[in-house]
Formats: sequence, structure tokens, C-alpha cells
Amino acid sequence: MTYLADVGALARKDLTLELRARDTLPAMLLFVLSILVVFHFVLPPESSDLAAKGLLWVGILFTALLGLTRAFAAEREDDAIDGLILATRDRSAIWLGKALAVFVFLALAELVALPAFALFFTDIGGGTIAGVVLADVGLCAVGTLLAAMATASRARELLLPLIFLPLAIPIVVGGVGASVGSHPATYAGFLALYDAIFALLAWASFDYVLTE
Amino acid sequence: MIRARGLEKRYGDRRILRGVEFDLTRGGLLVVTGPNGSGKTTLLRLCVGLATPTAGELAVEVERTRVGFLAHEPLLYRQLTALENLDLYGRLYRIPERRERIGMLLERFGLWDERHTRAASYSRGMLQRLALCRTLLHEPDLLVLDEPFSSLDDEGAALLDRELAERRELAALVVATHDPDRVLPLATAKLALG
Repeated sequence: MTYLADVGALARKDLTLELRARDTLPAMLLFVLSILVVFHFVLPPESSDLAAKGLLWVGILFTALLGLTRAFAAEREDDAIDGLILATRDRSAIWLGKALAVFVFLALAELVALPAFALFFTDIGGGTIAGVVLADVGLCAVGTLLAAMATASRARELLLPLIFLPLAIPIVVGGVGASVGSHPATYAGFLALYDAIFALLAWASFDYVLTE
Repeated sequence: MIRARGLEKRYGDRRILRGVEFDLTRGGLLVVTGPNGSGKTTLLRLCVGLATPTAGELAVEVERTRVGFLAHEPLLYRQLTALENLDLYGRLYRIPERRERIGMLLERFGLWDERHTRAASYSRGMLQRLALCRTLLHEPDLLVLDEPFSSLDDEGAALLDRELAERRELAALVVATHDPDRVLPLATAKLALG
């Protein structure tokens, strides 16, 4: 319970910081809406739903990346990450708290983006929504670990996409499959398996990421 | 509490520390002096576990969460108020009577009236006071302070003097400073780097 209390305190801190600074969520919202508007005009009217849903996943992936780029910005300022490292009994709580906060930001961006997608392109079914939720878990789990790794680098804005996008390819495959495939449950299962494996790996390895 | 033998730290080809040796026990205060770039901050980061030695032996017999570290930067969140910052750390350190302890420290360091003000609005001296509150919040067994008197006015410095004298009985202290005369009366050992 005390571990979860640490996670709760850390996630609440990130949500409070976002409410105060408002520098991540508005950017994610603006980005995902802009990208949908651009795709609306780029995609020929006779294009299939398959193409449109593929572009939705491109939008979700890069919106998540935008949020992850800012994930440890508050910790970089005034070296607050050092304070957290010294104060938390289990450093994986920092990862879990941060991943939860990023998940909330991404889910809020999608709450706007998915209806907008339905308005511009085509209806969204249960398979797509399940795929988005499962993909969000994986994106946040892996992305938060990689964002913490990249944040120690001077070229963090360049490094994060380079290490994140290859690892996110299976999520896109699973997400697109859950949205448009003939066996969405199989792809949802694949996403759930990815989430479980990578969340476990990220949770177990976060301590080493923070070590110098 | 801390035992260092032949301690060495390199960043790439650059050697920051070489052959550092000292012992520190509870009730001891080690003053670390040296010019800019002599490795004072690096040594302190090694002591608190935020960096690892390249060579040599460093044994710190204190649990990580029982260390209080005052760094160059305040290790705080500027968009949170003083109260919110200390409450976060109080929760993470699992301080039993968190609110009372936070209130007492804010009162002692003259920040009580500004407790609902965001740290971003604080002056450098107030930030240093708040950082000291964070450092002392959990009554650490090992207190590691990097230039603790910097940015403090006379009143703040006097407060810190009193705090160091009190804490010295209960903890081990490592203080890096350009103004060693201030802490030398309390010191049990001195280490000159560079």
C-alpha cells in the first residue's frame, strides 16, 4: 500500500504541475487535432476507411511522443529528479507515477481526437477503442522508461524519437490490426501481451536507468 | 558511517577526484574545501549515491532515504507551493507527523507566511531556505550540504548555524563550502581538494 501511496503522490504531483503550467496537454490536443485536419485534406475523398484508421494511429503515436518529450521536463528543472531518487524507497514508483500521468494526458487528448476523427473520417468501433486503450498502456509504459533514459542526454529531443519509435512499431501493428483487421481480438491480445511484457521490463529496469 | 579509500572519479578522460580518503562517523562534521572545479560537488554526489566512483572504495552505511542532500539546485518543483513541495517529500519519506514537521520547519525558516506561494515566485535566498527545509524534513542520519550558506542573508545563515549545531549531535555531516571559517568551529575533520 505504501508503494501505491508513493505512486499516487507522484502522479498527483504531475497532474498538479500540468494544471498550473498547462504546457503539455494543450500542445498534445492542438497537435492531434491539427494532424487530423491535415489528413482530412490530404486523404482523397475516395480513400478507404482502412487508410483513415492508419492515419489515426500515426496521429496517436506522434501525440504520445510529444507528451513523452515533456514527461521529465519538470524533473530536469532544478534537478528535482535527484530529490525524487533520494526520497523514494523503490525508484520504480517514479516510473509508474509518471507513466500514469502521461496515460491521463494521452487519454484526455484522445477523448477529443477520437470524436474529431469520427467527424472527419469514419465511425469508430469497439475494436478501435479497445486497441487505443491497450496501445496507450504500452506507449506510456515503454515511452516513460525511454523518456527517463533520454532526459539524461543533451540531445534528448533527438534521442527519444530514435529509441521510442522502433519499440512502438509492434503497438502500431497491434492497434491497426485491432481497428481494421478481421480478427480484432487476436490483435487486442497481442497488445495486452506487449503491455504486460514491456511494463514488467520497464518496471524492473527503471532503477538502473536512473543510476549514473 | 562513511569510509572512503583511494576514491577516484572520472568523466571520460577527465579525472575529477583522485586518492580521496576520509572517515566520518555519527556526530562528525567533515568540511570539504577547494577551488572551483576541484570536485567538491562530485564528492558530495558520490556520498549520497547519485554518482558512482570510478575506482577506490566508498562505503556509506546509511539507507538512501535517510540521507539529506542540499545541492546547488534546490531539487524542488517551481510550480508547486512551498507546502506542496514539502508535502510531496514528506509523503515519499513517510514522515509520521508530516504536517506538524512541515509547519515547524517553515516557521523556523521564516517561510510560513509564504507557504501557499509557488516556489517560482521565491527569491534565491527563500529558495535556499525552502531547500534546507526539504533537506532537514526527515531528520536525516547523513546530512550532505553543498555551499549551504550561499544566497542566505545574515538571519538565514544564523538559522543554519543553529541547525547544524543541533544536527551534529544526531547525524554525520559533510559540508562543502568556500567559507570554511563559518563551520570550522563545528568541524571534526577537514578535506582540501584540488
